[in-house]
Amino acid sequence: MSCEPWQCAEIAATKKANAITKPEVAVAMIKRAARPILVVGSNATERWMEGRQLIDYIIDFAKASKVPVVATAHMVGEFLKRGFEPAGFMSAMDIGNRLVDPTWQGLDGKGHPDLALFVGLPYYMEALILSGLKHFAPDLKTITLDNLYHPHATWSYPNGTLEEWASNLKVMTSKFEGGQ
Amino acid sequence: MTTKNVHVKIDEMKTNTGLIKNLELSIGKVVDESWAEPMGPTPMPSLTTLRDWDMKLLNRYKPFYMPDCDLCCLCTYGKCDLTAGKRGACGLDIGAQSSRIVLLACSIGAATHTGHARHVVDHLIEKYGRRHPIDVGGLNVKVEAPVTRLVTGIRPETLGDLEDVLEYCEAQITHCLSAAHTGQEGNNLDFESKAFHAGMIDQVGMEVADIAQISTLNFPKADPEAPLIQMGIGTVDTSKPVIMCIGHNVVPSVGIIDYMKDSGLADKMEVVGLCCTAFDNTRYYDRAKIVGPISWQLRFVRGGFADVVVLDEQCVRTDMFNEAERVKAPVIAASEKNCMGFKDRTNDPADEIVADLVSGKVPGVLILDPDKVGEVAVKVAMQIAPIRKKMRVLPNINEIVELAKTCRQCNLCQRSCPQDLKIPAALKAASEGNIAPLTELYEECIGCGRCEEACPVKLQIHSFIVKAGERFMVEETNLCRAGRGAVQDVEIRNVGSPIVLGEIPGILAVVGCANYPHGGKDVYDICREFALRRYIVVTSGCSAMSAGSYKNEEGKTLYEEFPGSFEAGGVLNVGSCVANSHIAGAAIKVANIFAKRPLRGNYEEIADYIHNRVGAVGLAWGAYSQKAASIAAGFWRLGVPVLVGPHGSKYRRMLLGREDKPEDWEVYDARTGDKVNVGPAPEHLFQTVETPQEAMAAIAKLCIRPNDTWKGRSIKLSHYIDLHKRHYGTMPPDIHLFVRTMADVPMTMKDEITAILEAKGWKETVIPDPTLLPRMIRKKKE
Repeated sequence: MSCEPWQCAEIAATKKANAITKPEVAVAMIKRAARPILVVGSNATERWMEGRQLIDYIIDFAKASKVPVVATAHMVGEFLKRGFEPAGFMSAMDIGNRLVDPTWQGLDGKGHPDLALFVGLPYYMEALILSGLKHFAPDLKTITLDNLYHPHATWSYPNGTLEEWASNLKVMTSKFEGGQ
Repeated sequence: MTTKNVHVKIDEMKTNTGLIKNLELSIGKVVDESWAEPMGPTPMPSLTTLRDWDMKLLNRYKPFYMPDCDLCCLCTYGKCDLTAGKRGACGLDIGAQSSRIVLLACSIGAATHTGHARHVVDHLIEKYGRRHPIDVGGLNVKVEAPVTRLVTGIRPETLGDLEDVLEYCEAQITHCLSAAHTGQEGNNLDFESKAFHAGMIDQVGMEVADIAQISTLNFPKADPEAPLIQMGIGTVDTSKPVIMCIGHNVVPSVGIIDYMKDSGLADKMEVVGLCCTAFDNTRYYDRAKIVGPISWQLRFVRGGFADVVVLDEQCVRTDMFNEAERVKAPVIAASEKNCMGFKDRTNDPADEIVADLVSGKVPGVLILDPDKVGEVAVKVAMQIAPIRKKMRVLPNINEIVELAKTCRQCNLCQRSCPQDLKIPAALKAASEGNIAPLTELYEECIGCGRCEEACPVKLQIHSFIVKAGERFMVEETNLCRAGRGAVQDVEIRNVGSPIVLGEIPGILAVVGCANYPHGGKDVYDICREFALRRYIVVTSGCSAMSAGSYKNEEGKTLYEEFPGSFEAGGVLNVGSCVANSHIAGAAIKVANIFAKRPLRGNYEEIADYIHNRVGAVGLAWGAYSQKAASIAAGFWRLGVPVLVGPHGSKYRRMLLGREDKPEDWEVYDARTGDKVNVGPAPEHLFQTVETPQEAMAAIAKLCIRPNDTWKGRSIKLSHYIDLHKRHYGTMPPDIHLFVRTMADVPMTMKDEITAILEAKGWKETVIPDPTLLPRMIRKKKE
């Protein structure tokens, strides 16, 4: 496990993501958040772990944690095919742009998110969006659930194997009531 | 144009006092007012002339910054850490710094095209004279330079007229660049406005370059049936000597082709091109061949196909001299902008240079005389081919298997790969004798070679991939339409009305570079989808090559399957990078020729017209360069939305509308002066899309315009809904924002949409005569 940016040149200057050393740390932060959202990108159907697609792990996690899901690109269709309805869907750029707007009241119109989770976007796109949030959404905390270290997040898992990734997601899911 | 140089050139004259030779005399300018169209309000705009227009757009499409770097390293007060609101020593924050980088990129792009234009125009004037007429399409093209007319107020009639245009461009680029100096501009939106300015100038520079070469070099002149060109490594007869030209500037290639033909060697050798030079070579000589886009430089050279490599300018791999030397292929650098460290041999006798290159005494030379480039390249190719015997540096499969065993599985190759290709797994499989995973990487590899730079045991990973995919490489035999250049005035007259009324659902311009996220097939699929839907599909540059690199079930490429004219369902390749100006030109000509809006020096009104009425959208599925940034910026200022593929996110700034903010979508009704909410049409000015599926739905949506008639809107919505349902599996969530009256609703979807409208509390509104400019209101409110 390494806390170096997955893509070598994706270097942060003075503000670098804290490492999530075990999934319970991420769970604690999610439970502490009042208005979390989970942004899921197009790699959700491209990444396979233990014979299942990433999207299947994410559905389990979202059902257990009750964190509203925002599907980017065309991923909403993939969620619907699996009988799961995301809270919203829009392009990755649009959700990033809304998150830097302090007046945006979230998908339900009830308040700005205080925690944004990201998973499954192309690495460099996710890195850029996390950079935008680091710079322009100072009150927002960000966590990436990918198995690749993202220096621009507030919290990130270190670079890990697919097995570790699957394990982390399963442990996280199990720590919520709905995941028991 | 308004002014003309009086220019006298005397080659030889005998007088009572003596013999005069090579006398050239310029005695100022004479006013020529043969152009009846009155000058508009903004000829030759300065940095701030169109600032108000820019701010209208930028207030609707606000920048979303995603800094690619937290630091500023441009002055010696720094490095400055600009993280999360900190200001640097000069006072700049990260938003302004990000927009400053955008301005720098656009200025570099504009300077590159304009520098290219300056070289081409100077060379062609030297060859053909200042009075050589501009002719881009004979009687079919009366508006020969729509961008130039619009921006500068000049109607260029001769090559000499283009010099005045270029002087203006060069001055503006200098100003744009100077604004990026420390302590000049400080506000992010002002930086953005100047980036727009650089983009607008870039379009002029591109247009000048292309109309000059079209007028003189007998390129296709707005020809929908420009020849089909052989494309792909498999079309090259490698038993013959091969000259490979890389870059964008056709001038040295013309020297090569002329010398080859004059020497009777046309059947005895091959001239092939990579990147835009390939296009312009084939516009000049339809037996030249296109190898492929920018990203194929390494595979062609390492594959040993090239006997001589000729480099001109732009997008050339800067290590090409090393790569060519490995396969003993001499290099001729032919541009002042790209000397490659070689000795300038321009004034040496050609045969001496040839001898030095063939003997290997020098690996390359700089030659700045295009005719001499031609002679040297042809002679060297003929002499060295039998010696080189297509020497290559690709390993054989057995060697790959053995070398792969030395891989440490450190992952640095994958972590350095822009595509995040699973190279370590492929190498592991290769070490066990299974090459198939390496072969699978071939299509997605963009040929940057960063994997090799990262490898601690110095494996030639890119060569492994090329070798593993060799079968695909040598079987590439496709057809690409030669760049046709401009769109004819008569074509504009035929389609102007259906475009503006929305009955042709849109113009899709597929442009840009070749760093696609998953290979070029996505480009083909997107182009074909929209051509089948009877959009007008325009291509250029490397994307035009990718569009032609795949075939339908009948074995036809796009350029064979669809007509090359500017019509519904047409797929037309305008040509090289500088031919992108014809795409902007077509939109401008819709406003001018169809709608009769005055063109001359009337930028704001024309841009307002295009933004509100012409359903055009650009897609750069791959976009890597500063030139691509400036090309996009030119379209932003015209109000035309541009989409980029995932790698385009690294331009670090999007221009995004907010469909959830109704107050952002008001226009004036020019008939009444009333403010009318027209919905998010178009929703964005610059956006990254993540997948081809997302791109297709976004393209259909971004073609919607406030001026659409109910019939046109209904057609556009049909496509948007259909693509959205197919790829997203659901109805678009924003459909109510695009329905103005029930007549807009596609008939076949009436029940479904009516239910949505009722649920959303939708109210009918009017279809305005839309404008963002108060001065365009014909009847002021009391």
